[in-house]
Amino acid sequence: MNAIELRGVVKRFGPITAVDGLDLEVPAGICLGLLGPNGAGKSTTMRLLTGQAIADEGTIQVVGHTLPAEAKRARAEMGVVPQLDNLDVDVTVADNLAVFARLYRVPDVGEAVDRSLALARLTERRGDAVDDLSGGMRRRLLLARGLVHEPRLILLDEPTVGLDPQIRTELWSLIGSLKARGATILMSTHYIEEAQRLADEVAVMTAGKIIAQGKPSELIAEHAGSETAEIYGPPDRLAEARALAESQGLRVRPAGPAIAVVGSERAVDGAVPEDAVRRAASLEDVFVLLTGEEAE
Amino acid sequence: MSEIGARRLEPAAVTGVMSRDIANFRTFWKATTFSSVLEPIVYLLAFGLGLGATVVDRVDGLDYVEFVGTGMVATAVIFSSALPAMFGTFVKHRFQMTYDAILAAPVDVEELVTAEMLWIGIRAGFYGCFPLLVTMLFGLDPSFGMLLVPLFAFTTALGFAAFGITMAATVGKIDSFNYVTTLVITPLFLVAGTFFPIDGLPEGFQVAAQINPLHHLVELVRHAAFGFEATDLIRYAVLVAFSVAMWRLAVSRMERRLID
Repeated sequence: MNAIELRGVVKRFGPITAVDGLDLEVPAGICLGLLGPNGAGKSTTMRLLTGQAIADEGTIQVVGHTLPAEAKRARAEMGVVPQLDNLDVDVTVADNLAVFARLYRVPDVGEAVDRSLALARLTERRGDAVDDLSGGMRRRLLLARGLVHEPRLILLDEPTVGLDPQIRTELWSLIGSLKARGATILMSTHYIEEAQRLADEVAVMTAGKIIAQGKPSELIAEHAGSETAEIYGPPDRLAEARALAESQGLRVRPAGPAIAVVGSERAVDGAVPEDAVRRAASLEDVFVLLTGEEAE
Repeated sequence: MSEIGARRLEPAAVTGVMSRDIANFRTFWKATTFSSVLEPIVYLLAFGLGLGATVVDRVDGLDYVEFVGTGMVATAVIFSSALPAMFGTFVKHRFQMTYDAILAAPVDVEELVTAEMLWIGIRAGFYGCFPLLVTMLFGLDPSFGMLLVPLFAFTTALGFAAFGITMAATVGKIDSFNYVTTLVITPLFLVAGTFFPIDGLPEGFQVAAQINPLHHLVELVRHAAFGFEATDLIRYAVLVAFSVAMWRLAVSRMERRLID
């Protein structure tokens, strides 16, 4: 059974079509990474799933409820961790959680708060104002707030955007523990490593549509092959190398100061120079090839 | 399957939102209480000992201090309801993204607006009575009718809270509230009968006062202190109608603002 189903969903904001015929299925019990560049329509998709945006066309089902008519009922069974920090900064950590425990009609607010504090490792800071917390603690609290009612579906909207690498790793560990509990997770991100590390399946989104979906290994095998060769050098050399690779039907993508020949295991006749750096094909290769965007 | 979300205006959703307001209020209640007590004292000292002792002795058969003191309930109500509703709603929506967080829970816009109105109404209804209590310190005799003043203040505050929420949902920039304050709030409280009777004003102003909810509140509070009249039922009905109409307008405007 699917936790989320979107079929032919369209959402326009004036002349801009943010979601353009979106088809997406998220099976129950998995973590699906919604991977796409900025402006792909990921956040709009999240708002459609909570009923905070109403689709112009298409159908949306979330945990068995049809949206937007049953949006409130669906929200009772999902937890949302937003991209932006919208905690009440003057209120204590515990009170922030208690408010949301009440909003989600949790029967035992005290127990829910204690459990959430333990999950976020903020038990000793329960009486502190949110304003006194570090950025990483605030992000953990944001996560705990979305889980205070133990939902079976969790929406994470760019959970680690703007965080430094150490805090990001901390959050990944926390998200990993949620996976282990069997929750369904839909996580939007534009960080390749985050998707690769946490997601059971990845859906690549661009211009309001899903253009590829599958397990990371399957996407890589289908779109990038087994090997990628990175070629470095001055622009003239790179242009020559690109032309030679493309003449053999190989796909070439930008890779910072270099170019990457994707599927280089099929290269013949010196299309890949000796000094090229050969590595395993990656989700980043897939992302850049499919979206045309530089990866982060 | 859970029954959460099956009905409109679920009490648990409304009280849940209000619990957030209460948690925040606990961090600044002292400052609010301080100004709510001190401001009427300052005003009554100025108007009572100032104007009352020098220029104006009695108005409409009342000591001027008692005239102003009973009228100031309306002033306190509008300033503790419309302004916090306008600015608070705007800041929570546009800057703090608080409403995005709340609407991601099983709460809809109607419940959110109703909760915000109720909280502001209760607060303004409570603090709006302080001028009356302070006026007692200046010699106003208490009466049983005054027990209804919190109800009158609460009902009026609900309407102005909804008005403030409507404005917050309508304006594009926070500076635009200057237009609302200058063109609506200030005229309303000046032409309500708080500081001077409206009887002596040009007829147009007297007619305008009849559709001014604050004028009806001023009359209700004065009559609660000095004796009710038959028309007071109509006055209270006007306040209820005002609040209900503003409530629906606020819900409608906020739905357009919050749901894409």
